[in-house]
Amino acid sequence: MKYFPIVWRNLLRRKFRTIFTIGAVFFAFLLFGVLMAIKSAFGMGVEMAGQSRLMMMDKVSIVNPLPASYEVRLRQVPGVTDVTHANWFGGYYQDVHNQFAIFATEPESWLRVYSREYELPEDQKKAFIADRTGAVVGTDTAKKYGWKLGQKIPIQGTIYRRPDGGPWEFTVDGIYDSHIKGADKTQLLFNYQYLRETIPEASGFRDRYNWYVFTIDNPDNAPEVAAKIDAMFANSPNETKTNTEKAFVSDWAKQVGDIGKIMIWIVGMAMFTILLVAGNTMAQSIRERTNELAVLKTLGFPDGRILWMVLVEATLIAGVGGLAGLALSYAFITLAGDPTHGLLPAFYFPTRDVVIGVALVLTLGLASGFLPAWQASRLRIVDALRRN
Amino acid sequence: MLSQIIAVTGVNIRSIRARLGSSSVAVIGIAGVVLVFVAVLSIAEGVAATMKASGDPDVVLVMRAGADTEMTSGLAGDATRIIQDAPGIARDESGAPLTSPELFVVVDHPLKRSGSPANVPLRGVTPEAFKVHKNMKIVEGRNFEFGKNELIAGRAATRQFVDLTIGRSIKWGENTWTLVGIFEDGGSVAESELWCDVKVLQPAYRRGNSYQSVYARLASPDLFTTLKDALTSNPQIQVSAMRAPDYYGSQTETLQTIIRTIGGIIAILMGVGAVFGAVITMYTAVASRTREIATLRALGFGSIPVVISVLVEASLLAVLGGLLGGAIAYLAFNGYETATMNFQSFSQIAFRFAVTGKLLMTALFYALIMGLFGGLLPAIRAARLPVVTALREL
Repeated sequence: MKYFPIVWRNLLRRKFRTIFTIGAVFFAFLLFGVLMAIKSAFGMGVEMAGQSRLMMMDKVSIVNPLPASYEVRLRQVPGVTDVTHANWFGGYYQDVHNQFAIFATEPESWLRVYSREYELPEDQKKAFIADRTGAVVGTDTAKKYGWKLGQKIPIQGTIYRRPDGGPWEFTVDGIYDSHIKGADKTQLLFNYQYLRETIPEASGFRDRYNWYVFTIDNPDNAPEVAAKIDAMFANSPNETKTNTEKAFVSDWAKQVGDIGKIMIWIVGMAMFTILLVAGNTMAQSIRERTNELAVLKTLGFPDGRILWMVLVEATLIAGVGGLAGLALSYAFITLAGDPTHGLLPAFYFPTRDVVIGVALVLTLGLASGFLPAWQASRLRIVDALRRN
Repeated sequence: MLSQIIAVTGVNIRSIRARLGSSSVAVIGIAGVVLVFVAVLSIAEGVAATMKASGDPDVVLVMRAGADTEMTSGLAGDATRIIQDAPGIARDESGAPLTSPELFVVVDHPLKRSGSPANVPLRGVTPEAFKVHKNMKIVEGRNFEFGKNELIAGRAATRQFVDLTIGRSIKWGENTWTLVGIFEDGGSVAESELWCDVKVLQPAYRRGNSYQSVYARLASPDLFTTLKDALTSNPQIQVSAMRAPDYYGSQTETLQTIIRTIGGIIAILMGVGAVFGAVITMYTAVASRTREIATLRALGFGSIPVVISVLVEASLLAVLGGLLGGAIAYLAFNGYETATMNFQSFSQIAFRFAVTGKLLMTALFYALIMGLFGGLLPAIRAARLPVVTALREL
C-alpha cells in the first residue's frame, strides 16, 4: 500500500466530516446487532428447538392436562426412545414480578431427554434426582437472586397451592449452565412427586401432565410417529396433538405475532435510512474531488489504481464505523444479555448474523465508493479538470 | 442584530432549494427515526388503550389469593356464594347481588394471519355476567342460550381467528359448539374472547362446580375497601380483590415491559444515529457555502446571526422530518389491528396500534432536539471561519 498516505490525507482533509460519518455508520451497525437480537428473541429459541424431540399435549387446550397413564402407551410406540413430562408451575420468588419458567417434571428422564441443553455436574444431578424437594435452576436466575447450592428457597405458587397457603420450599441441588447460545438459563425444575402430594385426588388433576416430551430414533419419521400417536389417543376423553418441538416453538412464536415482525421491519428501514445518509456523504466527499482525481490521471495514475484508492478510502470509513458498531453490540448483547431481565431469554446476537453484518459493512464501503469513482473515471480529463 | 438574524436566516432558508439533495437526506433521516419511535410506541399505547377500556372502575375482580391472573386462579362453587354475600356489592331490582362467577380457559384454535394454532380465551359465564359487564352488547346474531353448546365471539376475535362466523359449528374435542352471535364491549379485552354458558363449559374442562374469578359491581366506588376487607378477613375463603383497572393494568405488564424496553433502546440508538446524520448534512451545507458565509461576514454580518441562521435551518429541516415521519406512522399504523400473546395468561389479546397526539408531540419534540444538536457544531464552525481564508476557498 504505497499510496496509503494519499488515502489517509484524504480522510483527514475534513476530519469533522470523517468522524461523524464513521459515527453514523457505527450507530447503524450497533442498531443492526440489536435488531438481530430482537429477531432471535421473538423467535423464542426456535433455532435451538430439537427436531428429534416431539411434544404431545391435549388437542383442545394446553390447560387440560393429559393422564399419566399415557406414558406407558407412548413408550410402546415403535421408534420412541425416551419419554418425559412436565407441568407448568406458575410461581414467583418473593414478589409477583419475579417470575420465571418453573416446571414440575420427572428429573431423571427430563435430564436424559435434554442432556445436551442442561449442563449439570454429575454430583449435582445425582443429588437432584435423589431429593424429592430439590430443584435445579439456571445460572441466570441463580445469579439474579443470589441463590447458592444447598440453599432453601421459598417459591409462592400461583396455580398450585400448598394446603397451608404458604410458599413452596425447594433446596437448590444444582445450578445448570448451557453452552448453547441463547439457551434459556432462567428455568427452575423440580420433582413432580413433590407437587403431586398436594393435589387432592377428588380434583381430577392428580397424575396429569400438561405435556409430554419424547425422543424418537429417526427425526425423518417424526410426522408418521406423531400421526400414529394422535390416532392412538383419538376418541378418548383426552385427544392429543403431537408435533416436533421445533413446530411447537414456532407456533408459540407466531402467537406473539406480527408485533415482532413489525418492529424488525421498521428498525431495518431506519437502519437503512442512516446508512443512506452516511453513504451519500461518503459519495459526496469523493464527488467533490473529481478534479483532483483528474489531476492524478494527468500525472499518469491508471483508472484501476484511482478506483482502488477511492474504494479503500470508503471501505475504511465503513469498516472502522461498522466493525466497531458490530463489535460493541456483540459485546454488549453477550455481556448484558436480555434487557428485560428474564422475559426474553433468547435475546442474543447469532454468529450467522454477525457474518451478515460484516458483509453489509463491506457492501456499504464498496457501493458508496464505487459509483463516484466510476463516474470520475469515465470523464475526460479536460472536462474533469474544468469542473469546480 | 435582529434584522441581521432575519436577513441571514432568510437567505439560508431560501437557498435550501439549491441544496435540495443533501437537505432532503437530513429530512428523511429524521423522518425515519420519528417513524420508528412513533410506530414502536404506538404498539404499547394500543395495548394500554385496550386495557384501559377493559377496566370499569366500579367493577372488582375476586380471585384466589396468590393468583396473578384469572388463568391460574381457582374458586370452588361455595366460595363464589360466600363472595356474593359480601358487603359493598350492588344489587339489582330484585335484590340479587350483581356478581358474576366466571370460568376462564383457553382453547386451541388457528389464527387467521399465520394459520398456526393459538390459545383463544374462552370464558364461561352465568346470566348475571351481562348485568355486571355493562358495556357488553350483542351486535350481530343473538346471545347464546343457557344450557346449550352455543358461543358468542368478541368482535376482535372474529377478525383474528379463522371460522368465527355466525352459524358456524366448531368442534373442540368431544364438544361441538355453534357460534350464534358477535358482541362488542367498548373495545375491551373481552372482545378478544369467546363466551359461553359456564355450566356447559365446566364439565367440558372437568372443572366440577369450580370457577376462576368473580366479577362484582360495587354499589358505590368508595366501597371497594369495605368489600376487600370483608373478603380478605373472612376465614372461610382465601381470596384477593382488585379493582378491574388495576387488574387489567397488571395483565399486560410483561408485554408493556418488552415493548417499552426494546422501543427505548431502539429510539436512543436511532436518535443518536440521526443526530450524526443531521450533523453531516448540516456540515456539508455549511461547507458548500463557505464562501457565501465569508462574504456575509465581510459585509459586516456578526457571527451570532450566522450561528442562529444555521440552527434555524437545522431545526426547520428536523421539524419537517418529524412531521413527515409522524404522518407516515399515523397513516401506516394508526388503528392497525393485530393480536399478540398476553404473557401473563398465555392467551391472545387483540388490540389496535394507537398513534396518539401525545406520542406525535413527543416525537416532534425529539426531532427538534435532534435538529438543534445536529446543527450546533456546524453552526459554530461557520461562525468561526476566518473570513480571509474562507473567501479564498474554492
